[in-house]
Amino acid sequence: MADKQENVTRRKFLRDGLWGGCLAGAGAVAGLSVARNNRDNLVWQIDPYKCIACGNCATYCVLEDSAVKCVQAYAMCGYCDLCTGYLVPEPKALDTAAENALCPTGAIKRTYIEDPYYEYTIDEALCNGCAKCVKGCMVFGNGSLYLQVRHDRCKNCNECAIAAACPSQAFKRVPADQPYLLKGMDRKE
Amino acid sequence: MNPFVHIAAFLTVLLAAGAETQGEIRFPPPEFETGYQFPETTTPAPQAVWREYLDAGVLVFALLLASHLVFVRRSRRAAFVLMIAALLYFGFVRDGCICPIGAIQNVTLTVFDSSYAIPIAAAVFFVVPLVFTLFCGRVFCGAVCPLGAIQDAVLIHPVTVPRWLESGLRLLAYAYLGAAVLFAATGSAFIICRYDPFVGFFRMGGNWNILLVGVCLLLIGLFIGRPYCRFLCPYGVILRNLSRLSKRRVTITPSECIQCRLCENACPFGAIREPTGDWPEGEYKIAKRRLALFLVLLPILPAGGAWGGYASRGQLARVNPRVRTAERVYLEETGQVEGTTDVSDAFRATGQTTQVLYADATEIRDRFGVGGALLGGFVGLIAGGKLVVLSVRRRRTEYEADPASCLACARCYRACPKEHERIKKNKEAAARHR
Repeated sequence: MADKQENVTRRKFLRDGLWGGCLAGAGAVAGLSVARNNRDNLVWQIDPYKCIACGNCATYCVLEDSAVKCVQAYAMCGYCDLCTGYLVPEPKALDTAAENALCPTGAIKRTYIEDPYYEYTIDEALCNGCAKCVKGCMVFGNGSLYLQVRHDRCKNCNECAIAAACPSQAFKRVPADQPYLLKGMDRKE
Repeated sequence: MNPFVHIAAFLTVLLAAGAETQGEIRFPPPEFETGYQFPETTTPAPQAVWREYLDAGVLVFALLLASHLVFVRRSRRAAFVLMIAALLYFGFVRDGCICPIGAIQNVTLTVFDSSYAIPIAAAVFFVVPLVFTLFCGRVFCGAVCPLGAIQDAVLIHPVTVPRWLESGLRLLAYAYLGAAVLFAATGSAFIICRYDPFVGFFRMGGNWNILLVGVCLLLIGLFIGRPYCRFLCPYGVILRNLSRLSKRRVTITPSECIQCRLCENACPFGAIREPTGDWPEGEYKIAKRRLALFLVLLPILPAGGAWGGYASRGQLARVNPRVRTAERVYLEETGQVEGTTDVSDAFRATGQTTQVLYADATEIRDRFGVGGALLGGFVGLIAGGKLVVLSVRRRRTEYEADPASCLACARCYRACPKEHERIKKNKEAAARHR
């Protein structure tokens, strides 16, 4: 009988020890997290210099309408009349006719500024992030059109579905207080 | 129209065909005469960080409330309302991200990658339900987890799953946990998030194949209570083992068990263990022999698993994008395939040498050798342990909720006549007091 009593106490002792160990383990994880935390959330962003404009951003986002949109670095843009981001190769005319437009959703607006310059602006509501214009601008132009994750749309998934499908590993986690990797920032005075 | 622009464009086309460099200014930005100002590129801010703290606060509050409702109020109805509220908030309002199940990977990456800074919400979501489980059992699973809630809400006609089958299927969850840790530790992928079957419903969109898996799980869940929680959830297996140690447990009866057998089928998740008698005479000998065999198998299974895991390091490593790139580039360089893909084009655009790429891939593959062996050994050990545990008979004198399987959903309370007695007495006492 005394033996059994002792047995029960030993089991309880082991149980309590294990319990304490688990609690300490949870505490250690919490401690490590606080030590490694940067006090801010991390968000996904595209490194525009790694992006190869493959078009995956348009289709792999968990949102029906991708959170990745094209943006324009105006300070880098050449304001060309023959814009290879706006016009299809060998256009019939340098105008706003749909047959000449490269963008499948008509999201780029071409506005006359002064001879011979035209401003190109992205209508984000129409842009689907397919990067056709980005490729056109990157290969033949200044590369002022590029893709960015738009944080008013992004759900900030724990693992970004586009990042998992990105062939050039251009997606990375950036601190939420500097959520954009903008081109041409270095060129501004 | 300026002919210069045309000529320049033409020249650039020729140049670009030869050497394609990014970020080069081919056309100098114009100097405007009309006073045109460059518009700013808009930068809409991400969700404010206080939302994360709010989520963590809601989680703690929901867990406190769940513990109170299950252990003090002993009310299934109230716990159900809380569960639906949690489903709506963590699921449909907050889009099911971040959740503790996925946070396993953030924590793993924090441990293995010193450059990764874990968001505080992810750490809170991982740790807090663990701590609650050590005190109050799996109240998180029962009433707070949105993935559990969506399955619980569709359960209409529970079917009993045999214990051996349930235990065997749960091996999937252990393997899933091990694989998730392996892929997160190597910085390859967050597979729990990638294959989350229900987050697509919360976001109202996503990968169709995974949504289909979610639909299938919900269809199974009409008859088999919470299939994802019981057979797949990697966080669930952590909680179930912590729950064995928990200070407070669900007791079916509020006073003493009268062995009326009314609660026998009350649990749709097979967590109620019936009292056991002694082994029937003939069976005892067979059971003893079986146990001896399983004890011999106990070291063999992990060893076999470790060997299998090590042998499949090549396949496992292919989840890593760097390794995939290296394999594709290798095939192209050695002329085994024709043409290039986006992946190999992207690699060549970086200007890195193939030696660096191959060295990286080899290093990652080596890490998968160690990790794969550990993963296989872990799964083998669990499998062996399960065989042993299934062939041991514990002595029980009353109907009990198995603390590991019990999700603290409070369903079984109403099955106990003693509970009805308690409720009635409470009501009478309240009436007298009035």
